[in-house]
Amino acid sequence: MAVIVNEEKCIGCGACVDRCPFDAIEMINGKAVIGEACRICGACIKVCPVEAIYKEEEKKKGVNIDDYKGVWVFAEQREGNLLNIALELLGEGRKIADALGVELSAVLLGNKVDNLADKLIKYGADKVIYAEHELLGVYTTDAYAKVICELINERKPEILLIGATNIGRDLGPRISARIHTGLTADCTKLDVDLENRRLMQTRPAFGGNLMATIITPNHRPQMATVRPGVMEKAEYDESRKGIVDKFVPELTESDIKAKVVETVKGGKAEVKLEEAKIIVSGGRGLGNKEGFKLIEELAKKLGAVVGASRATVDAGWIDHAHQVGQTGKTVRPDLYIACGISGAIQHLAGMKESKCIVAINKDKDAPIFQVADYGIVGDLYEIIPEIIKALDSGDELLEVASAEE
Amino acid sequence: MNIIVCIKQVPDTNEVKIDPVKGTLIREGVPSIINPDDRNALEEALRIKDQFEDVKVTVVSMGPPQAQVALVEAIAMGADEAYLLSDRAVAGSDTLATSTALTATIKYIGDFDIIFCGRQAIDGDTAQVGPQIAEHLGIPQITYVENLKIEGNKVIARRSLEDGYFVIESEMPVLLTAIKELNEPRYPSIKGIYEGFKGDKIKVVSAKDVNADMDNIGLDGSPTNVLRSFTPPVKVKNLEMIEGTPKEKATKLIARLKQENII
Amino acid sequence: MNFNLTKEQEMVRTVMRQFAENEVKPIAAEIDETGRFPVENVKKLARYNMLGIPFPVEYGGAGGDDLAYVIAVEELSKVCATTGVIVSAHTSLACWPIYKYGTEEQKQKYLVPLAKGEKLGAFGLTEPNAGTDAAGQQTTAVFDGDNYILNGTKIFITNGGQADVYIVFAMTDKSKGNKGISAFIVEKDFPGFSIGKIEDKMGIRGSATAELIFRDCVVPKENLLGEEGKGFKIAMSTLDGGRIGIAAQALGIAEGAFEETVKYVKERQQFGRPLAKFQGLQWMIADMATEIEAAKMLVYRAAMNKASGLPYSKEAAMAKLFAANTAMSVTTKCVQLHGGYGYTKDYPVERMMRDAKITEIYEGTSQVQQMVIAANILK
Repeated sequence: MAVIVNEEKCIGCGACVDRCPFDAIEMINGKAVIGEACRICGACIKVCPVEAIYKEEEKKKGVNIDDYKGVWVFAEQREGNLLNIALELLGEGRKIADALGVELSAVLLGNKVDNLADKLIKYGADKVIYAEHELLGVYTTDAYAKVICELINERKPEILLIGATNIGRDLGPRISARIHTGLTADCTKLDVDLENRRLMQTRPAFGGNLMATIITPNHRPQMATVRPGVMEKAEYDESRKGIVDKFVPELTESDIKAKVVETVKGGKAEVKLEEAKIIVSGGRGLGNKEGFKLIEELAKKLGAVVGASRATVDAGWIDHAHQVGQTGKTVRPDLYIACGISGAIQHLAGMKESKCIVAINKDKDAPIFQVADYGIVGDLYEIIPEIIKALDSGDELLEVASAEE
Repeated sequence: MNIIVCIKQVPDTNEVKIDPVKGTLIREGVPSIINPDDRNALEEALRIKDQFEDVKVTVVSMGPPQAQVALVEAIAMGADEAYLLSDRAVAGSDTLATSTALTATIKYIGDFDIIFCGRQAIDGDTAQVGPQIAEHLGIPQITYVENLKIEGNKVIARRSLEDGYFVIESEMPVLLTAIKELNEPRYPSIKGIYEGFKGDKIKVVSAKDVNADMDNIGLDGSPTNVLRSFTPPVKVKNLEMIEGTPKEKATKLIARLKQENII
Repeated sequence: MNFNLTKEQEMVRTVMRQFAENEVKPIAAEIDETGRFPVENVKKLARYNMLGIPFPVEYGGAGGDDLAYVIAVEELSKVCATTGVIVSAHTSLACWPIYKYGTEEQKQKYLVPLAKGEKLGAFGLTEPNAGTDAAGQQTTAVFDGDNYILNGTKIFITNGGQADVYIVFAMTDKSKGNKGISAFIVEKDFPGFSIGKIEDKMGIRGSATAELIFRDCVVPKENLLGEEGKGFKIAMSTLDGGRIGIAAQALGIAEGAFEETVKYVKERQQFGRPLAKFQGLQWMIADMATEIEAAKMLVYRAAMNKASGLPYSKEAAMAKLFAANTAMSVTTKCVQLHGGYGYTKDYPVERMMRDAKITEIYEGTSQVQQMVIAANILK
């Protein structure tokens, strides 16, 4: 048990009981008792008015953390192209490295991708650690984990950030288990506690209902995967200079147990939801699969990408690639039009950072309106066709509407 | 062939709501379920069992004693046997410590050709425990599996990417993580429910029973710590409701958006 | 009286609810529209032992209990009363009498495949002139030394034409009145057995309701169920159990309509606020919830009595009488609360209202239930 109640101090106010996200605290004889469901989140500690709750000091083994220096970001490339997440990690990594006063290195694995190494410098890396090998052209868990783990053991970075892509989320845990260090998944916010050089890794849990800030106090490197589309991209600066540390790692075919025998691009609708400026999303209120035709029509008119709520994806109306929300994509377009989406917390988690949100829903109490800038209560099958029509003759209508004011 | 499927009992996060006044989670009446991706993993294991002779499917989970009900459900779906690692010593484990504890349990169960996990659990969404178990066991991993074939001693898996897929081949033993696209999980059978609750196919074991490395499990054996947790603040917006006939509503909306240079 | 469900029953409910929501609900409206028998539902039900819930595993059943079976019918009927009655008629009216009165050979030959769901069962008692007055059977069975030769017509037979095995009642000795009735297990392929008219019904439209025609139909003597002359007793005791199934169906229909309506009154706005905010409508909601809860208690009570070997004839009749009333009254109010929309096929409540009506009629009309209840009290 790590969260302890000092019974002498406890006044039985029950504040902790209400606050506990896991229903783990009970009042017994007027004192708070922490039960088995406790996940040691510490929510109760903060809320206790008399400081009767505290966290037991951890006694943990770890490594000599002073041996570890520098911030690394994994620069994921596919088929010789850098992913946006690599630039987002450089943007965030730059801030962290500057705060800590250390070097920012990009770790690039690939085959004949020297041009990417240069690009990473221009985007803010002080150094690019470039492992070039023909067996690194296509990602394999075995080869990538081997090369990166060897680098970590040799060079000892204090922080390693990886994009939480389908590949990053395969690689990260494999490395963390081999190195025996902590890994925080899918972070949406990173900060540094300068006092002890700790990376404060904030991530959503419980389907976005709860945010947790996680630290790795005694192990290094502090590893995090970072959700794509959340951090700001680094700025390109043509004049930046840096070191490209290129080497050929020792790798043989036999190092790779799980072999990629074929790579297929596409095969599913390519939706770059994260990069869309405008998203038109459909929810359960569409009533059926056909409803997405209307959504697509509006999206086409606006040059937008089609999004969807989890309910519609679960119902099989649309591919998972379109899903916005906790278990789908996080988006923050300039304009998000939610059509027939009630606004379950999971959905809001994925889109509420959008600059402007328009909600169309027949239920005026739908939670989506709480995050919306513009709300329309009504039948989307009546409203959307009118919007499409209005867009056809937009300029003229704008004048009319302005004149009304 | 021996297949071990790792499952987790999770609260149905779809049912979790926020108390609008207190800003806390309402957990009352939130059902516990087998984690959805884990259900796909179990289904695929059961399909292999349906397809080939002499396949044994063993389910393993870690959690409080109440998690046994998830194992009953797994038995009711058709698993042969189930193990629950239930021990105060594993409480507070992060993903690495969890993977250490589960690895010990898997070794305790014995031989395996395939370890199947769900990609990630809906309460944590980390997707880390599967690969970490693979690393501890020193076996290859294929994550995000959306299609699977068994050929002799080899698995051939389609591994999903954001913009396509890899076809990956590996010899067994191998660890695979399943995604929703892999299959449509079956329901527990009614007969299976009654059989499962007899309990004779479910074994509850402790960390000592499975010889877990006590230094690397539980809260103290976890490299990561939760510093604090909080419910995310809901941004207060200035909502403007647009009224009128459908046509007026549409016209006014477009006008607003244009005025703000949004479209 | 213990009001808690067992762990098994709780899980059965969860599974049945998921099954109903995902597999049955999506096609319920289409089944109603077309009147098509949902073969695919029957196949899926069989796969998960949902067609033999209360029977022992050695007879092909799920090894479950009567209350679990009731819960299954209830959950199915919430979304599709057609599927509910298919299961109820099969389980209570075809499997059960064989389980209760059949020889070991009959159980192996018929109950095992029925309870496994490999075969579907039906029950043939009602005749054009023997409805509520079931003792007035005109179908005859004449023993020729090896076989019984059946002649006559049955009507309104649920699962008729779709079933493989029929429990059929016929007069073996007219002079003895209802003590001259015997029960037979008839396979669909027996010579002289054919299916006549298929009814076009107001509700439960996907369930097959057919006429059974016996013209010198040859039934081997080993297919006599129970003893000669015990048919009426078998029919009555079977219907006692069947009523619990129908009561569960009625309960499910009421609950299904109610759930839809609760959702609707929160959504639908009139006079600038949701219907749910109007006190007059709140009263209707409260009354419906109370009626449903009372019906549930009666239905579960009857099932528990049956499961624990206690008398249940009166309890089953009360459960069916009350649950059927509830189904009718609740679905009517639900349509009312939906207003004009409730009268259209855009919302499922109109279907549920049509489905509800039959529960007041089949397996003994409400008036028959009253007769049974009164007879039990005044005896």
